[in-house]
Amino acid sequence: MMIDQIRKISRRDFVKATGITTAGLCLGTLSCQSTPKAAPSGTVAVDPIFKPNVFVHIGEDGIVSIYCHRSEMGQGIRSTLPIILSDELGADFSKVKIIQAIGDKKYGDQNTDGSTSIRKNFDKIRGSAAMARDMLIQTAAQKWNVAKETCDTKDHFVIQKGTNKKIEFAKLVIDASKLALPDQSKVKLRKNSDLDHFHKKMPFVDVKDFVTGNARYGADVDLPNMLIASIERPSVMGATIKSFDNKAPTKVGGVRKIIKMPEPKQPYGFQGWGGVAVLADNTWAAMKGREALAIQWNLGEHASYNTKAFKASMETASKKSGPAYRKKGNPSEALRTAHKKHSAQYYVSHLAHLSMEPPVAIANYTEKDGGFCEVWASTQNPQTARSAVARATGLPEDRVRVNVTLLGGGFGRKSKGDFCSEAAFLSKAAGQPVRVQFTREDDIKNDYLNTVALMTFEAGTDKKGMLKAWQMKSAFPPIASTFMDKSEVPPQARDFQQGILDLAMGIDNFEAQAITVKAHVRIGWLRAVYNLFHSFATNCFLDEIARKEKKDPLDFMLSVYADRVLTPKEMGNTEMHNYEQDIEQHPVNGKRLKQALSRVAAKANWKSRAKDKTRGYGLAVHRSFLSYVAVAAAVKKEQDKIIVDEVWITIDAGIVYNLDRVVSQMEGSVIEGMSHLFHGGITHKNGAVEQSNFNDAGILRMPEAPRKIHVDIVTSTEPSGGVGEPGVPPVAPAIANAIFALTGKRLREFGKA
Amino acid sequence: MKMKFKINKKERTLDVDKSMPILWMLRDVANLKGTRFGCGKGLCGACTVHLDGVAIRSCITPSEAANGKGITTIEGLSDNGDHPLQKSWIKHNVPQCGYCQPGQIMNAASLLNQNKKPNDTQIDEGMAGNICRCGTYTRVREAIKDAAKG
Ligand code: FES
Ligand code: FES
Repeated sequence: MMIDQIRKISRRDFVKATGITTAGLCLGTLSCQSTPKAAPSGTVAVDPIFKPNVFVHIGEDGIVSIYCHRSEMGQGIRSTLPIILSDELGADFSKVKIIQAIGDKKYGDQNTDGSTSIRKNFDKIRGSAAMARDMLIQTAAQKWNVAKETCDTKDHFVIQKGTNKKIEFAKLVIDASKLALPDQSKVKLRKNSDLDHFHKKMPFVDVKDFVTGNARYGADVDLPNMLIASIERPSVMGATIKSFDNKAPTKVGGVRKIIKMPEPKQPYGFQGWGGVAVLADNTWAAMKGREALAIQWNLGEHASYNTKAFKASMETASKKSGPAYRKKGNPSEALRTAHKKHSAQYYVSHLAHLSMEPPVAIANYTEKDGGFCEVWASTQNPQTARSAVARATGLPEDRVRVNVTLLGGGFGRKSKGDFCSEAAFLSKAAGQPVRVQFTREDDIKNDYLNTVALMTFEAGTDKKGMLKAWQMKSAFPPIASTFMDKSEVPPQARDFQQGILDLAMGIDNFEAQAITVKAHVRIGWLRAVYNLFHSFATNCFLDEIARKEKKDPLDFMLSVYADRVLTPKEMGNTEMHNYEQDIEQHPVNGKRLKQALSRVAAKANWKSRAKDKTRGYGLAVHRSFLSYVAVAAAVKKEQDKIIVDEVWITIDAGIVYNLDRVVSQMEGSVIEGMSHLFHGGITHKNGAVEQSNFNDAGILRMPEAPRKIHVDIVTSTEPSGGVGEPGVPPVAPAIANAIFALTGKRLREFGKA
Repeated sequence: MKMKFKINKKERTLDVDKSMPILWMLRDVANLKGTRFGCGKGLCGACTVHLDGVAIRSCITPSEAANGKGITTIEGLSDNGDHPLQKSWIKHNVPQCGYCQPGQIMNAASLLNQNKKPNDTQIDEGMAGNICRCGTYTRVREAIKDAAKG
């Protein structure tokens, strides 16, 4: 296992990065890929070797600062990381401050996708804190002339155990910072059970700001002399402008400039979308002016994109076979000789992100010293935003600075740098600061949509009704199409990773084929991504088979999954991506999957559900982002309407820290899964999105929310998996299965419930 | 056009286009950023403020409609962030990203002004116009009930 090396961070580098000039002790970790050469004192020299991921500074004023290089978007990272640190360091949480890092490769991966934030960072934070604690203790022990082993830290003091001796951190840091760095392998982390907040409800850093209106998001950044831009973008991918009215918008009071945007070229990646921008003194004027643009478009080839016809073309394509990313045994033969055959097709349409805060970015391009561009944005990935801005302005990356604001939800949309590119281009063209404000309609019509997928299944059972053969095809345009110069790209093995390559079935005959279809829109990733449809289809199909075989769905599901760890080889995988994490550390563990399922079934009283005369019950379980989540749902009918009455969700995410934020992520996952199932589905007509706002691109509202959501978190010593994403995939299928139990109606699509 | 508003108990005279929605008047002109833009069409409730004590969707209400009237935004709901709903929100750790929360709280405050002890259905119906994309609904419900207990 790669251990991150903890280093002292020089004063100079700390000041450079944070602007904080207080002297003190500063430690941080370097990213694994770098090859640091330690200076004699253990201090690391400046760039390019200096690549801290996370760092911690204890000032002579006693203030502990954490340089947090991840965006906050509802997962509570900015609460959890400092609390982990406080517990490990023995610090007083109220004296811990978080500084949000700007986008820079030196912080390692800053993307807040993939549920990785906590997973990758808790060791680093704790490691740095443990080292700092050790150095503080050493300093105090020397002063007192006692053995270091007799001392500990608590509430921002070093104490001598069993005595009244104590001394504040503030009085120790300067001397501590002069010590040589202790041998990292000898500095032990505290036991999890010794951490005050471990696996408990933790304080929530920003909560007061949130309820008083003082939290500041991207759109709240104002710069002097700034114009607001509203951009009319092409509604069809690749459409270009024939003509537009550049006079009419200027008649709207407050409109200052009309600027034609550069036309993006394939691969579209994170370029802006093209179109025409109207820049004005205020948002209202920009939006009004834009209405007068009267753009005429050349729509181009993707105007042929129609949802119904495309679905039919996916069905045709799925009649042929495709390359298998997972194959074991001889599934075709096993199917031929099966006692019974089962088949079904599931379809999941495009899904939009619909973050509550529409995308927004502010850019200030100045000509000084050959050009410099500073951006403020609610971005999940300041590094890709930085590259996108560099490209849009023609500047080298080191002449671009991206500041991350709070995010009003991201869900993957805001890891794309397109809106930052647009703001940067416009600021350069206008010669003054510009804020690009997406409307809700822009957000829906110019989204990097989750892909559309068709999954075709055939399964064979033996005389006892046990599953013997499994053959599936998954057809979808992959994310890779957004980053290549052609639109027809096969699904990738890393896409099949999500719910197929790690489907913990131990059966002898298994095959999963990839079917290629063309992309007609920019495909992106939405919270849980491909897992959304793979989990939906697989869990519902298993429920279908169980019912046809007259088996209890719980027993049947438990019977198809292995009781142990399955290696990629024995599953028949050609590649294994495993969310880019070590397969030894995070194996595909059928036992954990089954445990989550059994637990959720017990919580929901699954076995005595027959006694509940008014409600139908359904189950689903799924591994994603290295965590295992199971869901049970109970639905009822009220005046012909399906009501999701109660939902139970069990997550095994390995070690989790901030219990309450895990609970809130699970609650949110249930709501999101329900939004997909009941309101999901972005459709296209002549290449353009048919939905426009929250009236037709629906999000669940309060009256539809379950009366009760019960969250159960497995106490585990396994390495941490994700928490932000894995809750969503099993929600929709559990509810669809419950609806079947109640009504006998089988849902094989989202948005049809 | 010059108009007079009493915003969070302070008299303000502002020169804005009379059709400019109150939302943009507050955010862009009066520099009060707590009121959020979510949809611009009265569909999500993120922009909820009180006009003479009653919740309105500021994104579809022209400034003209507030001329001479009192507007309360989240910044003015209480002096120290200690409105019973704000306290209850903190107790239940309601927010996730937080973006919708000022609108949720302003709407709930107006709901409680009209009905001191709403039942579950009344809460659901009263809050149906406020979307929370992060899915904090079950906590919003609990926090309102708790505050109403008072
Ligand atoms: S922004 Fe006003 S209701 Fe959505
Ligand atoms: S807390 Fe994020 S939208 Fe409600």
